[in-house]
Amino acid sequence: MVQMTLNGLRVEVEEGMTILEAARFYGINIPTLCYHEGLSPYGACRLCLVEIGPSGQSKLVSSCTHRVEEGLVVRTHSERVVKRRKMLIELYLATCPQSRVIQDLASKYHVTRVRFTPRYEDCILCGLCVRMCAEQMQGKAIGFAHRGSNRKVATPFDVKSEECRLCGGCMYICPACQSRCQGPQEEEPLCNACLNLDQPCLNYFDDNMCFMDPCVACELGAGREAKAKSRDGRL
Amino acid sequence: MEATSRLAVPEDLAGLRERLKDRLDEKKPRLVVCGDTGCTVRDSRELAAAIEKILSEQGLSDRVELKVTGCLGFCEKGPLMLVFPGAILYQKVQPSDAGEIVEKTVLKNELVERLLYTDPESGLPVACAYDIPFYKLQNRALLETCWYINPLDIYDYIARGGYAALAKVLGGMTPEAVIAEMKEARLRGRGGAGFATGLKWEFCRSSPGEEKYILCNADEGDPGAFMDRSLLEGNPHAVLEGMIIAAYAVGAKEGVIYIRIEYPTAVLKLEEAVRQARELGLLGKDIFGSGFDFDVIISKGAGAFVCGEETALIRGAEGKVGEPRQKPPFPADVGFRGKPTVINNVETFVNVPLVINQGAALYHSTGTESSGGTKIFCLVGKVKNTGLVEVPFGTTLRQIIFGIGGGIKDGKKFKAVQTGGPSGGCLPEAMLDLKVDFSDLAQAGSIMGSGGMIVMDEDTCVVDVARYFLQFLKSESCGKCFSCRVGIDRLLEILDRIIAGNGSVEDLALLEELAVTVKDTTMCGLGQTSANPVLSTLRYFRDEYLAHVRDKRCPAGVCRSLFRYRIDEDLCAGCGACAEQCPAGAIKETDEGCYRIDHGLCTVCGACAETCALDAITKD
Repeated sequence: MVQMTLNGLRVEVEEGMTILEAARFYGINIPTLCYHEGLSPYGACRLCLVEIGPSGQSKLVSSCTHRVEEGLVVRTHSERVVKRRKMLIELYLATCPQSRVIQDLASKYHVTRVRFTPRYEDCILCGLCVRMCAEQMQGKAIGFAHRGSNRKVATPFDVKSEECRLCGGCMYICPACQSRCQGPQEEEPLCNACLNLDQPCLNYFDDNMCFMDPCVACELGAGREAKAKSRDGRL
Repeated sequence: MEATSRLAVPEDLAGLRERLKDRLDEKKPRLVVCGDTGCTVRDSRELAAAIEKILSEQGLSDRVELKVTGCLGFCEKGPLMLVFPGAILYQKVQPSDAGEIVEKTVLKNELVERLLYTDPESGLPVACAYDIPFYKLQNRALLETCWYINPLDIYDYIARGGYAALAKVLGGMTPEAVIAEMKEARLRGRGGAGFATGLKWEFCRSSPGEEKYILCNADEGDPGAFMDRSLLEGNPHAVLEGMIIAAYAVGAKEGVIYIRIEYPTAVLKLEEAVRQARELGLLGKDIFGSGFDFDVIISKGAGAFVCGEETALIRGAEGKVGEPRQKPPFPADVGFRGKPTVINNVETFVNVPLVINQGAALYHSTGTESSGGTKIFCLVGKVKNTGLVEVPFGTTLRQIIFGIGGGIKDGKKFKAVQTGGPSGGCLPEAMLDLKVDFSDLAQAGSIMGSGGMIVMDEDTCVVDVARYFLQFLKSESCGKCFSCRVGIDRLLEILDRIIAGNGSVEDLALLEELAVTVKDTTMCGLGQTSANPVLSTLRYFRDEYLAHVRDKRCPAGVCRSLFRYRIDEDLCAGCGACAEQCPAGAIKETDEGCYRIDHGLCTVCGACAETCALDAITKD
């Protein structure tokens, strides 16, 4: 077991765990996009950033790829982390506003503006599909091609892959493919309708401890209610 | 060429050096022609061939030695040539000058005055290279050797004391003693981050496991930087010697030199150096009879800037896609093929034999308290004397730019200096007295980097400069981290907006916030430093950004959307040269006999202003 400090609390976690796993184990939710329990950590979406080290010399690392160490000091929701995370979500919104996952993140983390031109790109290159195909489906039909802003997910040489069995695992896991719910602002780059909901659980749990994904209030139909409300001009 | 025989014990090296003694004969006439890229493109090879022909025609081939070496340093004045004895430097030498040089300087001991460097202050010619301010103000501890050795000849290197450090190490130093020596010398990695070399070696040595590796980072990718290439092309054996010593210190048996394929000459010279070193038993089994085995392979990368980052380099050397991964684990624990690995830069390895030969105390007497020794910089841009510059740590930027560099070209004013390549920062005039050191530069918002130094004059627009470097980084980012890939792209979007004249004051705040986010949230060194060009220019040149967004004006007259060309009708003589040059047909003659620009058609290319003999066309 390893002793570490998590948001000011001294905790004991198993050796070999990542910071993300440790934090979730202790009930603290850190947002992720490219992380999935069943796949190897990748560290590309940068949403799971946490601040480690004593203040003054602290740095931000992706918690999904950073293992716990003896005496490690971790802050998962410090001002610096929250500020950067919100900026990242704003960038995600500008890149792929048509994704429900990203819209949900925006509402959950109170991102209420997008200062960049929306681009409606299809892929955010989180790499979930690539890992899903290789690690769970034993397919290895897709991978990354090119570099920098030309980077894309592709089959070798962009031709139909012999390895692909059309299992659909890539689509199943893709966060960008999940289309938006029928909220009140469905045409806008930023919906934020869920921000105005009375979340039933908030009386019991803190914001960063909510694990319902997507938000249960929304699932229970509150999203549709909000839409109706906004039509009546009451929102 | 000497008879090849394996050097079985350290004493054999001393014996060989004794036999090579006449190579050091200082009285023998020697002609040294620079064979580096800059001089080669200006016909230095033809010059060498011409000299060779004349020497053989006149039967002087035995008496006069001709050598084609690596970079001589003063690239601005190339093709360069040195004549020994006396180290007479001839600049801008053409093949047609060969006859005169042989006839006058070699045979009659006279100078060819028109080829000498002229001191800009006194206007007098300077003959000896060591008296030229460009060289005089440097401390060429590493580069000096490149003047004297043929990089393709191991015996040249041995004659000048090469592999003596290795013999000393294998002849009686323990690995711990070698590491202690590096620590005491305060040798820090020259690749950019400045990590203490001794400490790095110690971490790797104490890492468990038998199989360890030494990696040499020769993937130099900064625009305008060629320190490593010059060392590899000028003195490849020094790199090998440093690697072998490092291998002995950490207990590695195999080394990899990761070099970019865009450096074909350096690859050739390295391959030849490795072959020669193997022949003499300096690489391979049982080096110097010490029982220590080490060999290197050369791994050629496809030239990606991000592969200068050590974890990306490891993946590149393993034949995978060059993408960084998060540290820890550090390469000292999990590196090449998953084994403990030391990665050092070319220049760091070249420093290693120097530390051993000089001893840590003497080595550390140059440089600053925290960083020992010298650093090579590539001084380029709008400075009078461009070239390779080697100075001790702690030298000020002013000494480098105005002392060695001779100040700004064409009587213009200094504006900024970009240190550390594309991911470095732009420092203004007020920072010129900053001492060149890892921590000082980082505090000022720039980085040491591997040693690029780009000088800019008043005609440079810093917004445009920031955009240029970001464009480079955008295409060189590996694209894995969202914050780096999209962040740089969006930074560019904002800069484009500002340059097009559509920026607002709020854009500056957004630019800064985004730049800080990119710097803070990206995993590897490339991403973390990629915002430096934006952040440092915002910090030191905010007025210029404000002029762009508030007054819609580019003070340097670079951003084309923000100024127009205007013909001063009082100065215009009506010659019509501008109208002839204008590719857009935007310049028309007026009734008064002079010319006027139709701004609807003008593309602001500037051809007219360049053509006008009367300087009647100005930016407005």
